[in-house]
Amino acid sequence: MERIPIIKMGPFLLVTIQVDMHDRLVMALQEDLTEMVSSNGARGVLINISSLDMVDSYIGRMLGGIASITSLMDAYTVVVGMQPAVAITMVELGISLQGVMTALNVEKGMDLLRSKLKLAPEQDHEIDREE
Amino acid sequence: MKLTVKSDSLVVKSPQEIILARQKVREYARSLGFNLVDQTKLITATSELARNMVEYGGGGIVVIEHIDDQGQKGLRVTFEDQGPGIADLEMAMLDGFTTGNGLGHGLPGAKRLVNEFEIDSKIGLGTRVSIVRWA
Repeated sequence: MERIPIIKMGPFLLVTIQVDMHDRLVMALQEDLTEMVSSNGARGVLINISSLDMVDSYIGRMLGGIASITSLMDAYTVVVGMQPAVAITMVELGISLQGVMTALNVEKGMDLLRSKLKLAPEQDHEIDREE
Repeated sequence: MKLTVKSDSLVVKSPQEIILARQKVREYARSLGFNLVDQTKLITATSELARNMVEYGGGGIVVIEHIDDQGQKGLRVTFEDQGPGIADLEMAMLDGFTTGNGLGHGLPGAKRLVNEFEIDSKIGLGTRVSIVRWA
């Protein structure tokens, strides 16, 4: 069965959603992520939705579900990279993704997770800031 | 009077076919010159309504039309199923109301994303929802 790849990056898991997800794929992702948080002891999950051209109530519910499940397993979930048109549409549709943390992009999402987990920021980021 | 310039119809019975309907609506919206936000609203409304149809109506037909009303171009999408019908339309149009496991944003949410919204449902016969967004 088709699966969305999950990449391990230090204490975090990174998922980039690049395809039009059908329902079975969404369910599989939820299960795979939960399994990987448990087996790897990951403390943070980044879900990059920059390639998604819409978020309907089904996908919204899935993102909220992943955030709730991972929080029960002592991990944070951050959704990153939402396109402006998608954000505008979601608000009008009435989905607010309550309880889901968001960040503009992967880098900012990582920073958010690090600050939540009180981890030291990555070295090269530090250099960026001093410039 | 609204004239149909071009149309396509798709059978939508499975979640995979919801994606195909979305892609077809995107194709029409693009060719009609809708901007990105309007395209996004149209495909999101399509996704919600097609999902309702699959989840509660056992699937049905989606008709996508490029319409013209005295030079005004628009996109109409109609969702028709032969499912059990909606017992209380007024309730179904309320935000937060659901008989399934959704959040109940489907119908009222989709309505907010378009310019025109019509719904007709008969118990035991089916439901027909039609949306229009003008370009």
